[in-house]
Amino acid sequence: MIRTENVFKSFGEAEILKGISTEFLSGKTNLIIGRSGAGKTVLLKLLVGLLTPTAGNIWYDDVNFGNLNKRDLRTIRMKVGMLFQASALFDSMSVEENIRFPLDMFTNMTKKEKLDRVNYCLERVSLEGVNDKYPSETSGGMQKRVGIARAIVLDPEYLFCDEPNSGLDPKTSIVIDDLIRSITEEKQMTTVINTHDMNSVMEIGDNIILLHHGEIAWRGNKDEVLASENQILRDFIFASPFLQRLRDTALEK
Amino acid sequence: MRNMGVSKFLYHFGRYVIMMRTAFSRPEKVSMYYRETMRQMNDIGIGSLVIVGLIAVFIGAVTAVQFAYQLEGSFVPRYYIGYIVRDSTIIELAPTISCLVLAGKVGSNIAAEIGGMRQKEHIDAMEIMGVNTAAYLIMPKVIAALFVIPMLVALAAFISIIGGYLASVPAGLMSDAEYVLGVRSFFEQRNITMMFVKSIVFAFILTSVSCYQGYYVKGGSIELGKASTNAVVFSDILILLSDYLIAIILT
Repeated sequence: MIRTENVFKSFGEAEILKGISTEFLSGKTNLIIGRSGAGKTVLLKLLVGLLTPTAGNIWYDDVNFGNLNKRDLRTIRMKVGMLFQASALFDSMSVEENIRFPLDMFTNMTKKEKLDRVNYCLERVSLEGVNDKYPSETSGGMQKRVGIARAIVLDPEYLFCDEPNSGLDPKTSIVIDDLIRSITEEKQMTTVINTHDMNSVMEIGDNIILLHHGEIAWRGNKDEVLASENQILRDFIFASPFLQRLRDTALEK
Repeated sequence: MRNMGVSKFLYHFGRYVIMMRTAFSRPEKVSMYYRETMRQMNDIGIGSLVIVGLIAVFIGAVTAVQFAYQLEGSFVPRYYIGYIVRDSTIIELAPTISCLVLAGKVGSNIAAEIGGMRQKEHIDAMEIMGVNTAAYLIMPKVIAALFVIPMLVALAAFISIIGGYLASVPAGLMSDAEYVLGVRSFFEQRNITMMFVKSIVFAFILTSVSCYQGYYVKGGSIELGKASTNAVVFSDILILLSDYLIAIILT
């Protein structure tokens, strides 16, 4: 589990996050949603240590993330996997080399063991046989899946996804959502997803945090979204008249 | 205004020192760093052979021709041209001009490569994996440069001397025997030492400054272009400054 305790983050005069206190649950898909500029990406970067809070604490189970020295931080980071919005695959490496990179860097596995592990991860994301392709030779959806494969290759305890559905068609988005959910449940990871995708919210949102102007405006799960009377949530989720009509119809039923 | 300039310089200098300290930390996996260092040696060394060789030929040729012109009609023996070509290329032209050119070729490439990685979140991805990105991206480049650039400079000096020969002997400026006599005359071992000291210092400057520019780039393609340009400009300025300081200290 990851817990934030009264986390603030400012950039100069601009206060982006104001007193965020929340929990991200193990074995669940935890979603951070909100309008552009609400602070979602900043919060995600604080959770993975790419930024440091101006105030407050972040706990990884019993470990205070902010108090770690560089060596301990690196130890925690080896338990973390992250899927970036643009996948962040290394262009000059093949798919296999990309996925194998953490194994090469942090394990003493033999070549065969590494290959077996890479093939397992590719199979897990339904991408067998693309080992020798380069990122530029793969589609957006394939790149996301390779990104997920690389994120899980060291069997992490924590998985972070920054807008995993960005740039994908609806069908492929569902594939990615299902993949993330199944991996989370299988490995009992703490998964945190930063997303705009309403389908993700309604399908895999076990624990949803709505950020609004740097504060938590609503917290709940996918089953509570429809019936919630929180105006900020309703304005965000059901922004379009079409979705409002769908919501009204679903509530009537 | 002056205070802002000084404080900006101190900010960048401090950040550079911190970056270099982090870069020279214990590697996570020596074999990975070794592989990366070998790759960099190939890129920096083998990849620069042609341009360094070409420039060296012309350095030697121009030096020989210009000195031949200057010495015409004087009482200075013609074999001095070979001696001047040898010493000027070894002491100054080979290390300095080669490294100024390498700052453009290698330095801009390094800044663009690392800056591109920063923009595409590759560095963030490595950081989150637990990689010390300053060490993995910078240390192999600096170590590779410290090994191969002195070799390139030595090769440049050798080729320059041949360039001087090719420009002066076939053109009738002097005889073959006169040129060779000049090249073999008044040789001082410490000039070779100075050449290698300069090449090592310049190699460190051009790689570390370029790595710094790329590692801290923020923004889009314009900023990346600026970082690449700054890598070359600042490397060149620091190379010339250190050239002067080394000359004072070692002469």
